[in-house]
Amino acid sequence: MLRSDYDYGEKFFTRRAFFIGSVQLAGLGILGARLAWLQVAQGKRYKTLSDKNRINIRMLAPSRGQIVDRFGVPLAVNEQNYRVLIIPEKADDLKKSLSMLQNLISIEDTDIKRVIKDASTTAKFIPLIIQEDLSWADVAKVEVNLPDLPGLFIDTGEVRTYPYSGATAHVIGYVRSVSRKDMTSDPLLKLPGFKIGKTGVEKVYDLHVRGKAGAVEVEVNVIGREVRELKRKNASSGVRITLTIDGELQRFTQEILATHKSASAVIMDAHTGAIYALASHPTFDPNMFVRGFSQEQWQTLMDDTGLPQTNKAIAGVYPPGSTFKMITALAGLKAGVINKHTTVTCPGYYELGRDKFHCWKKYGHGKVNLTEALAQSCDTYFYKMSTEVGIDAIADMARRFGLGDKLGFELSEEKDGLVTDKKWKRARFGKRWYPGETVVSSIGQGGMRATPLQLAVMTARMVNGGHAVKPWITGYLGDMFLGRTEWDDMGISPEHLKMVMHGMDMVVNGKTGTARKSRIEDDLLAMGGKTGTAQVQRITAEQRRLGIKNADLPWKQRHHALFVGYAPTHAPRYVCAVVIEHGVGGSSAAAPIAKALLKQVQARDPATIQMQPALIEGEDILQPWPPKKPGGNTASQGEAG
Amino acid sequence: MVSAMFIENDLTLSQKISRLNWWLILLICCVASVGIASLYSAAGGSMEPWASRQLARFGVGLVGMMIVALVNIKWWYRLTWPLYFVGLILLLIVEIKGHVGMGAQRWIDLGFMQLQPSELMKIAVVMALARHFHGANPEQARHLSFLIVPALVIIAPVALVLLQPDLGTSLMIIMVGAGMVFMAGAPIWLFVAAIILVGISIPVAWQFLHAYQKQRVMTFLDPESDPLGAGYHIIQSKIAIGSGGIEGKGFLQGTQSHLNFLPEKQTDFIFTLWVEEWGLLGGLGLLVVFLLIFISSLRTSLRCKHNFGKYLALGIGLNFSLYVFINISMVMGLIPVVGAPLPLVSYGGTSMLAALIGFGLMMSCGIYRHSKVTR
Repeated sequence: MLRSDYDYGEKFFTRRAFFIGSVQLAGLGILGARLAWLQVAQGKRYKTLSDKNRINIRMLAPSRGQIVDRFGVPLAVNEQNYRVLIIPEKADDLKKSLSMLQNLISIEDTDIKRVIKDASTTAKFIPLIIQEDLSWADVAKVEVNLPDLPGLFIDTGEVRTYPYSGATAHVIGYVRSVSRKDMTSDPLLKLPGFKIGKTGVEKVYDLHVRGKAGAVEVEVNVIGREVRELKRKNASSGVRITLTIDGELQRFTQEILATHKSASAVIMDAHTGAIYALASHPTFDPNMFVRGFSQEQWQTLMDDTGLPQTNKAIAGVYPPGSTFKMITALAGLKAGVINKHTTVTCPGYYELGRDKFHCWKKYGHGKVNLTEALAQSCDTYFYKMSTEVGIDAIADMARRFGLGDKLGFELSEEKDGLVTDKKWKRARFGKRWYPGETVVSSIGQGGMRATPLQLAVMTARMVNGGHAVKPWITGYLGDMFLGRTEWDDMGISPEHLKMVMHGMDMVVNGKTGTARKSRIEDDLLAMGGKTGTAQVQRITAEQRRLGIKNADLPWKQRHHALFVGYAPTHAPRYVCAVVIEHGVGGSSAAAPIAKALLKQVQARDPATIQMQPALIEGEDILQPWPPKKPGGNTASQGEAG
Repeated sequence: MVSAMFIENDLTLSQKISRLNWWLILLICCVASVGIASLYSAAGGSMEPWASRQLARFGVGLVGMMIVALVNIKWWYRLTWPLYFVGLILLLIVEIKGHVGMGAQRWIDLGFMQLQPSELMKIAVVMALARHFHGANPEQARHLSFLIVPALVIIAPVALVLLQPDLGTSLMIIMVGAGMVFMAGAPIWLFVAAIILVGISIPVAWQFLHAYQKQRVMTFLDPESDPLGAGYHIIQSKIAIGSGGIEGKGFLQGTQSHLNFLPEKQTDFIFTLWVEEWGLLGGLGLLVVFLLIFISSLRTSLRCKHNFGKYLALGIGLNFSLYVFINISMVMGLIPVVGAPLPLVSYGGTSMLAALIGFGLMMSCGIYRHSKVTR
């Protein structure tokens, strides 16, 4: 081999080695450039992606605000309930565990299927709810057998509970699952199992009692398991609502109404307008709406002709009947048509033109003045007077006392009622008003309609010195007072009010009063009031001739029985309105209940006890969570790799 | 071989040790400590389960490397063919009775470690080619007949590795082999023709690819198309690298790797973990160390006075650099995920052993650069 060959080979090798070296250098250059591109030019983008990767935000549900009565007695609370859950990854055999559980406690097959389906679509370490609201017996059964039920465990959650059950169902309402049309931007509504107020106070103040969602930022690993908590913002509980209701009085009212098939009653403060009790019978158990019905329970509720879901105290409209007579009297007094001494002779009927209007007392009351006409509820007196006063003056007086329109009460189910006059008839039917209609209207029949709440307000305005009181039921929203205690004077003559009140006093306490049987013996607690018996349909000439008693007719055709009352007569504080649907007679059916209610409310005397605002329950706290040392995760990291 | 070189076949031990490439040993230790630190971090700040074992292997491997380096180069020259055929037999054994791992049969279980014969085979191929080219000059290499033996030397193991099937390793053997054939003086047109031929055969070869290999190529072309499936590795790796920024998240602070978003963080994706925690500065630092190792191997090759050593040192350097390029390009989304470790850094016995044996041979070339190889 020649030396030149060797040199040639040497140079050749060196040349190609340099080429290889350049390629290597270029390769490293490309890698370095790529690294810089990813980490500098695209760094921000990947940083964001990295955080999105590892940070999972989990919503924390707030506790729903309590609803309490005026003494702080809970009417709607959050009860811990027991639920049984399963973690699929800890169950050796999911289906076997579930069927063993099914042998212990009763679980619907559909629930089992749902769990098996969910287990196949979600991460294996996420607990799945099998059954909520377990009884103590079921909890005990499951707890005892836990060693044989791998993956299962018992946990607690919050469920809305109404301790007064049916007694407060209409006032408080209930919560139920969110429906599509309830959806707003509040993220809470998307939380599985979240419930919102659907009726009553729960609905009206839902946004306040609902609270605000909290959030916890957790660092998760690739399969979504939480590694540590990064940040936590606690949920802020909803505010507590203090109602003006007296829970025990409410329960008492509900129970006493239950002696009839369908009835409602309102007890309120004559001066402030605070509602102490507002009840409607029949009722329902609101807890069933939260926890679910059985088919049977649902059917019973739906089939009840007494309409248990309707709050008749504010949504039931009835002809006020004779309870309207005070309005007619005040209109007459204001117009100067009658005075204290005006008398009318009642032969049992009143003739207007060719029409004959009957008094309820077949052979008449004889000669009566205003007090006697109210006490004995003589129709003829008011018939005659009304023709001289005219419907428009009567209707005007009715409206001033809160009839014919919504009172702006908090519960949204409130109805208008109706006060009829010439203008209304023209607008509604395009016809003129007949004098006979005034006669019928004067005793609260014809087109006149009122809710029990309106009747209570009417009575309150008569006995509180003519102040335009309005009803309210929410005392405090948290620590904010929502009520009102001062009301404007309506400018009604005190003299006139005194005369009407005297008449109402005599209704109960007079020797010939229609409600004498229901008087309260104790002078200090004595009540006054007015009975009302409202016709549901006209009494036919045939019935009148045959002397058929109203109580013998089918239930639906019987008269409504009404009573409006107040107590004590010497210094009126409480008013109440009672309506017994198809109760036949105001004095026989409604007055005894009003007596019981007014006795009870005076015995408890809720007006003398100040309501207490609630302290603020929830607070917004943004607290950084001290990050733990990574040492705690070492084991799982090692296993994972 | 006629040359003016000073023949020195008989060196004393102290002479040999003083001639060891200590500079290269330092660079290797640098790279290995990057690996051990990353493995410590990958375990959430713990020596277990990876860092301690990697450290032990490195220690053993380092001693093995020294021993290999101190063995006279002529012995390696003589052992070349036996070693090559032992490698082929090991590959056959894997083929016949291998353990199933990662969907392909690649390992022989030696009890204390799982041996991947294909890793050792790469060195054997380099040695065999070096030996073949030892007695040649560039003129001879122009004749295609001279290239028949190198072609066989390359094709035999490639065929066996392809059967495993391991496309990545077979391509790497081909590339290292091609590099050495290029160095031996094969005409440029041969490589141009080969590239054209490959270009034509890609559609044909596509048919023979396994579904998972096709998937890898497809997701490489568009990783976002399957973010939770096959594209997941690339996307997560890029997120981890990118989120490291210039300065990195700090040692033990790499969130993506620690939260297991990053797959294979202790093996193929170890570079990702390193740059997530140490940022661009750490990444470029490691690349510079690799560059110095490449330069060191080229220098060894150029300073060696005998062809066997020249080709051997160059081939080993080429093999090492190919690993580095393929692994780092892969984790940064430049090429499909082929499943190649980062030598000296990734957790794994065979790749560590193969790299250190390779460097041992390279150092032997350095120590015995003036020696007479034949007879």
